[in-house]
Formats: sequence, structure tokens, C-alpha cells
Amino acid sequence: MQDFFFYLFSALTVLSALLVVVNPNAVNGAMYMILSFIGMAVLFLLLDAFFLAVLQVLVYAGAVMVLFLFIIMLLDVERASKVRPKALSTAAALVGFGLLVVGLGYLFLGGGSVTPAELSAAPEIPMQDGGTNPMEFATASRSFGYGLFTKYMLPFQVTGFLLLIAMMGVIVLSKRLGPSGQEEPTTEAVK
Amino acid sequence: MEVASYVPVLIQVLLAVFMAVAILSASHLFGQRARGNYIKDAAYECGLPAEGKIHPKFSVKFYVVAMLFILFDIEVVFLIPWVLIYREFLAAHLPILLPVFFFLFILTVGLIYEMKKGGLKWER
Amino acid sequence: MDWIDILLKVVFAFLMVMVVMTMAGYSVLAERKIASWIQGRVGPNRTALPGLSSIPVLGPMLVKMGIWQPLADGVKFLFKEDPIPGHVKKFYYVLAPMISLAPALITMVVLPFGVYYVDGQAMPLVLANVDIGILFILAVSSLGVYGIVIGGWAANSKYPFYGGIRSSAQMISYELAMGMSILPVLMWANGPAGGLGDLTLYNVVTSQQAVWLVFWMPVPAFVFLVSLFAETNRMPFDAPESETELVGGFHTEYGSFKFGLYFVAEYAHMIIGSAVFTLLFLGGWQLFPTFGILPDWVANPWAGWGWIGSVLSVLVFIGKLLFFIVFFIWVRWTLPRFRYDQIMNLGWKYLVPIALACIFIYALIIAGWDLMVAVENTPAEVVQPDGQVVTQQEDLITH
Repeated sequence: MQDFFFYLFSALTVLSALLVVVNPNAVNGAMYMILSFIGMAVLFLLLDAFFLAVLQVLVYAGAVMVLFLFIIMLLDVERASKVRPKALSTAAALVGFGLLVVGLGYLFLGGGSVTPAELSAAPEIPMQDGGTNPMEFATASRSFGYGLFTKYMLPFQVTGFLLLIAMMGVIVLSKRLGPSGQEEPTTEAVK
Repeated sequence: MEVASYVPVLIQVLLAVFMAVAILSASHLFGQRARGNYIKDAAYECGLPAEGKIHPKFSVKFYVVAMLFILFDIEVVFLIPWVLIYREFLAAHLPILLPVFFFLFILTVGLIYEMKKGGLKWER
Repeated sequence: MDWIDILLKVVFAFLMVMVVMTMAGYSVLAERKIASWIQGRVGPNRTALPGLSSIPVLGPMLVKMGIWQPLADGVKFLFKEDPIPGHVKKFYYVLAPMISLAPALITMVVLPFGVYYVDGQAMPLVLANVDIGILFILAVSSLGVYGIVIGGWAANSKYPFYGGIRSSAQMISYELAMGMSILPVLMWANGPAGGLGDLTLYNVVTSQQAVWLVFWMPVPAFVFLVSLFAETNRMPFDAPESETELVGGFHTEYGSFKFGLYFVAEYAHMIIGSAVFTLLFLGGWQLFPTFGILPDWVANPWAGWGWIGSVLSVLVFIGKLLFFIVFFIWVRWTLPRFRYDQIMNLGWKYLVPIALACIFIYALIIAGWDLMVAVENTPAEVVQPDGQVVTQQEDLITH
């Protein structure tokens, strides 16, 4: 049953992600992206990462996509204008795609994946209560707290500074667009 | 907690979609039929021809609000694991109060900066 | 999990949806009745059902109370023309009201509404007993904003467009204040013993046995309540659909049951929001707080009464809920509408800083409490994932 849901929702995720790219209508694209995020949240759920699943919906589907929709509506770009990409960016995209294919090929065919023998030789996951329930530690929301506020305290604080810088960025951008927003904002400025 | 305890959530999602679809189809099925005319097919305006664009430009403020919302939302997300373990860490005498206050302080500085620079100003 | 089990779950889910939808319908009636009392009118008092209303005394009385009005409203919605104007984006125009309704119906799945006892151990009455409860509600209800923004955009008309944009900006602003205001609650509810609790609403309720959090955290409760009004687009905050500026806001171009879905969704959101407030700050289904001096049974006097106790706990919960619905309506007909810039200022310049200050202050107070005062005062009992109840007292000894 779990396998069935995995295949169902990974198909949904990948398919809607593909549609984001190929769909010419920006609002359709945004909707597919929300669908893709929700599919990803279900995949997290199936992996017992409940907290991550909820955050995926809360932050990406609930917050980031609202911003995307606002931009689409602010710029009134319901149909993407047909811009011919520059030769350089086409070349870069092709190289990137090639690397991706090679990497995936290596993972699947070239022995890059972990064999069962190696997997069983891997060190045990530390268990919470004497080894009866290894998943308990990983699934509870508070286990994120245990890690975040002990071992990863420095990255956590750096994130705080990143958020501060982003807030300054917001001010800089909005000043550049003009305080009343009457001016036609340029696409570069929004990016 | 395991995935099985989320089965009711799946049921509820399907049920919610089913309810919405069922209500709308019933309304479409039983609703009166009337011939459309060009007035019905025109956007609402108080008895006049609609003026201006259908999707007018709006203030960039809304966009700023959406960006700030994401930033503060991420802050709240970081604080959720904190509130869950806070009292436990206190009981175990682990350093938790000051580091998190430092994090919160940085964000408070951000909020004050936004206010001083007028990023949250709506009048004008 | 066998099929009978799943079928039973489907039936329960359906029943709960029906109960909430009925409550939403009768909230509309309550709104109209209370509005009429406040304005010195009589309100709906004509709708009669052919058979039932001819019963001698009871029939006319029910008609006077307007009991059948929601039925008539529903039937009217059903048989009205279901127009899809030619100028709209058809697919999104139909989809938007559905997106608006779905989150309201989905969030109720993690809402505990009572207790039942298995071998003397308290268990929550809830459809899905998952440990991310409150966060699930926040996440799913944050999706409701798309119903409004897409609806306003798909109508291809300028008033709905402005209404949708305004409404969504307002909703995300107050979502922030709401998220921040529940952090002190979770901080308090997750006691010092390790490995307990998490984000379940049941845990929050049991931690309020000694004192309801509305007494202990009045300011976060107030911030949460104000945000709730804004999230549900209720009166002092209904700028997105302010008639004088924007005709009907995002649903100007909607009619028939598509408008009805927006309407039901608003009231369903109101009910769910009141339920969450009751659980977070008003002790859920508990009868009285003990304040540390009264005996423990005043919180759950029905502890040993079997299924009658469960029914009573649900009734107490619904009673608190109804109080809030009346409160919502009362405020609507008391306060005037705020201007849009006032709304955004209130959200960003007052509520968010206040909520942030509350996090600081309660973190300090709780730190002082936990480090100075003895830890044994924390009264939470917690259901662990395997259904085992542990009072934190016992757990501290082993800790």
C-alpha cells in the first residue's frame, strides 16, 4: 500500500514539476508548482518525516507560492513572451543537462548506489531508548530541536543573519521600485 | 506515530474534495437555465461600461509584504523546534536561552529596521 | 488495517463534516437573528415547513425562531441559475471556491473535541491523532489564501482583483502574528520532561488543567483572537469585501452555490478557528480550571462516567465554541470596519511586535519558573504515541 502511494505521489510530483517548465501560462505554472510541493510533502510523510512534510506545505506551498502569484499578477505576465534564449545560456543549459544525465547514469549503472552488503555494514543509527524504536527519535518534531540547538547552533545563527540580510534586500528592492509602486518595475529588479 | 495514523487525513482530503465537487455539480444540475446575454458576460460595473484594465497595476507594497511574510515565517519555523525543547533543555541545564535570544534579537533588529526605513508604511 | 476499520473512519469523517457544515448553516441564521436583535428588528421568521409547522404550539415557535431558514437558503442556492459569465477564466473560476472550502474541511481532522476513557486512561476524541496537530492546521489553512487570490484573479474584473490582492496580503500578514502568538503556548505545554508532547492539541489541553492559558497568557490569546478575525475576513477586518469601495470584493462576479461555497467556507473557518482558540487558551473540554487549589475533578468531573462522560465533554467543548461564534457575530455588529492601511499597520506594527515581545517575556518567565521554582508544579499528562499516559511527575523521577 505504501509503495502504491509512493509511486502515485512521486509521479504526481515529477509530472507537475515537468508541467511547470513546459506550460506557457504563468498562473498554470504556479498552480502546478503548488501541486508539486504538495506531492513532495506527501513523499516526506511516507518517509515518516512528518514535521518536514508540514513545513513543506507551510513554507513553500503556503508562503513562497503566494509571493510567486503576486509577482505574476504584479507584472501581469499571464503568457510568457517568447524570448529566444542567448546562445551562451543555451550552451550552459545543455552542459548542465549533460552533467545531470551522466550523474544519474553513474548512480544507477556505474555502481554509485549502495549495495545491500554495504548497507548492512553501515554503522547503526543511535537509538533513543535502548534500541527498541529507532524511528521514534527521527520522527518526533522535537528531535529537530535536539539537533538544531546543540550541534548545528552555528548554522542556525548564521541563518538568522541571512534572514536579516534578506530583510535589508527587501527594503533595497522596494526603494528601487519606487515607494508607491507606480513605476513599471523592471524584470531585473524583481529578480 | 506512523504513516497509518495519517489515513484519516487522506480520507478527509478526499472527502473535502468530494463535497466541494458534489455541491457544485448539484448546483449546476438543478440550477435554473437562462439564456446568456452580453450584459451577463460583461465584468461588473455600476451600470456603465467597465473602464480601465481588468487587472490593474497594484502597489508594490503588497509584494514587499509577501516577501517579509516569507522571511518572518521562516523565523517562526525555526522557533517551533525551539519551543518544543526549551523547557527540557532548561531542566537539563543546557545553554538555550541566550543563543536563541541572540537569534531573536537579530530578527527584532530586522523588524525595527523595516519600520524605520518605512518598509511597512501604508499611508500615502 | 482492514476495510471495516477504514469504512468506519470514512463514516466518522463524513459525520464530522456534516456536523460542521450544519453548524456553519446555523451560524448564518444566528448571524441574521443576532443582527436583527442588535438593530431592533425581528429577523427571519417566516420560513415554514409544510408538515412540521402545523404542530400546534411548537410549530409556529420554531418558525418564529427561523429554524427552517438555513434549509430554505440552501435550497434556494441549489435551484438558482448557476452562471459562468463569459469574461471569466472558466477553469479557475470554478476551482477557486473549491480551494476555499477544502482547507476548512480538512483542518478539522486533527481537532480533538472531547475525551474518552479506556481502562481509566484519557484519550482524545479526534479523527486523526497525529503529533503535528497545530502545525497541520496552520499549514493547511494557509492554503486557503489561494481560493481568494485565484478567485479574484479569475473573475477578470477589477473589483474582485483588488479584493483578492488585498485579502491575500491581509491573510498572510495576520497568519504571521497568529503563528507567533501560539509559540508561548507550545513553550509552556511542552514541559521539562523529555520526549513528551510535541505539537498535539490534546497535550496543550491537558497542560491547562491547573490554569486556562487565557488567564496565564492573556496577551498572546488576544493577539491570536484578533488574527483569527482577520484570517476569517470577519467584520472589523473585512476590507477585501468592503461594499463601499469594492462592491463585493473577490466574490463580486460569483453567484449561486459558487458564492455559497465561499460563504460556507467563511463560517466553517470561523468554527474551526473558534475551536482552535478554545483548545489553545480556554481549556478545551475541561469544565473549570483548578487554579492549583480546587480538587482535580473539577476539570474533568466525568472521568469515570464512561460514554456519558465523553458526551458531556463534547457538549462542554461545543458550548465554549458556541460562545465564540456568538462573540464573532457580536463584534461584527459592534465595531466599524477598519481602513485597509489601518489593518496592515495593526498587523505589522502592533501585533507582530507584541507577539515577538511575548515570546521574549514568556521565555524569561518560564526560564525563571523552571530554574527557581520546583519543577513538580507542571500538571501535564501526556498520551505517548502508543497510547500510554504518563504524568510528567513520574517521568521526572526516571528522567
